[in-house]
Amino acid sequence: MALLEVKQIKKAFGDNGVLLGIDLTVEKGDVVSILGPSGSGKTTLLRCINFLEKADGGHLSFEGKEYDLSGITKAEIAEIRKKTGFVFQNYNLFANKTVLGNVTLGLTSARKVSKADAEKKAMDVLKKVGMAEFKDYYPSQLSGGQQQRVAIARALATDPSIIFFDEPTSALDPQLTAEVLEVMRELANEGMTMIVVTHEISFAKEVSTHVVFMADGNVVEEGSAAEFFEHPKMDRTKEFLRLTEN
Amino acid sequence: MFNEKTLELLISSFPKILEFGLKVTLPLAAIAFVLSTVIAVLVAMVQYAKTPVLSQICRIYIWIIRGTPLLVQLMVAFYGLPLLGIHSNPFVMAVIVFSINEGAYSAETMRAAMEAVPAGQLEAGYCVGMNYMQIMWHIILPQAFRTAFPSLFNALISMVKDTSLASSITVVEMFTRTKQIAGQSYNYLPLYIEVALVYLIFCTVLTFIQKKGEKILGSYGVRK
Repeated sequence: MALLEVKQIKKAFGDNGVLLGIDLTVEKGDVVSILGPSGSGKTTLLRCINFLEKADGGHLSFEGKEYDLSGITKAEIAEIRKKTGFVFQNYNLFANKTVLGNVTLGLTSARKVSKADAEKKAMDVLKKVGMAEFKDYYPSQLSGGQQQRVAIARALATDPSIIFFDEPTSALDPQLTAEVLEVMRELANEGMTMIVVTHEISFAKEVSTHVVFMADGNVVEEGSAAEFFEHPKMDRTKEFLRLTEN
Repeated sequence: MFNEKTLELLISSFPKILEFGLKVTLPLAAIAFVLSTVIAVLVAMVQYAKTPVLSQICRIYIWIIRGTPLLVQLMVAFYGLPLLGIHSNPFVMAVIVFSINEGAYSAETMRAAMEAVPAGQLEAGYCVGMNYMQIMWHIILPQAFRTAFPSLFNALISMVKDTSLASSITVVEMFTRTKQIAGQSYNYLPLYIEVALVYLIFCTVLTFIQKKGEKILGSYGVRK
């Protein structure tokens, strides 16, 4: 059984249909890259799956439980969110908390883990992303790449079954992008299940197990990374790959 | 007018004026300020969350309080509350009126400060599994309070001076005490200047505390 499965998810902003009925299946250990031109609905898809936007319709199954996306309750949303992590394009670290505070808050506040245990866990994940020595810094004192690595540590701290990445390197210059992608590559190698909305074609090529190509609110083509990049079937995909190669 | 006798009067009255400043004016302002901040935070939270019905009630509260003079509010409370069977001493009444009055202004300050916290902070809170109230408590309110702090302190400084209006409902605070002393000596102007200076000293100390407070609150890296 798939870890996460989305069926016929739909979302419109006013008359503007952004998701026109998307299906997505993610197995445990998958790294799914979602590619597509701007405005194709990639980010909205991710935000709907984690309820930051309310989907108009569709079904979600997560860890064997079924949910109706248009009628999901607050309690169900809270239950799912406790098992997922989310990494934002602009990091969204808590501005009034230190690095350590950012990583522990989900444990101490939302999960009632003791402060000592939370800090131990936080230091583990901060070491993993190479940010342990910055534990007492505030977000405003860090570079974008450092903030994003802390954001990844924050997502990791709660031992999620899956982490969603929403264009995690789009706000970063090439050097900082590289340091964030390196962390994500390690996570993928350790078997972390991830959905990554990205413009980094090379990352998608190397790291992902599965690629989904979206345009205009639909999935145009999807497949294993090798198949997708070596033998794209649809003209739209071929054109996108040709354009992004240059 | 300024002769030796006046100087003697100023010196002998200073401790009496200061005593009522420390025993009545400052406590009145301090208690009312704390209560008004509590009101402000609650009202701002209701409006931030756009809670139906409660939100409208809060709008009406702010509309009425900001649209009528403080002096009139004091009078309405002084003559009106006993009719409702609420008898209490003028000091308590003044505390209530000042709290409610300042609460309306500070509520707007707090609401604006909460709305200035980027939406991503709330989203990130949800994504680490926190519920709405936990996010309010740990993320939104602390950040909003930092933004609102100078304005809230401004309100406190205003309130210290506005407490002189409590004299109109028979509260013997610093200004009323000064009036009494002046009335006994028929030497008004020097004593009013003296009490003005005491208000000025109070507000100077508060301004100093505000600066210190901003430094402490500002320590989360924003301007380090």
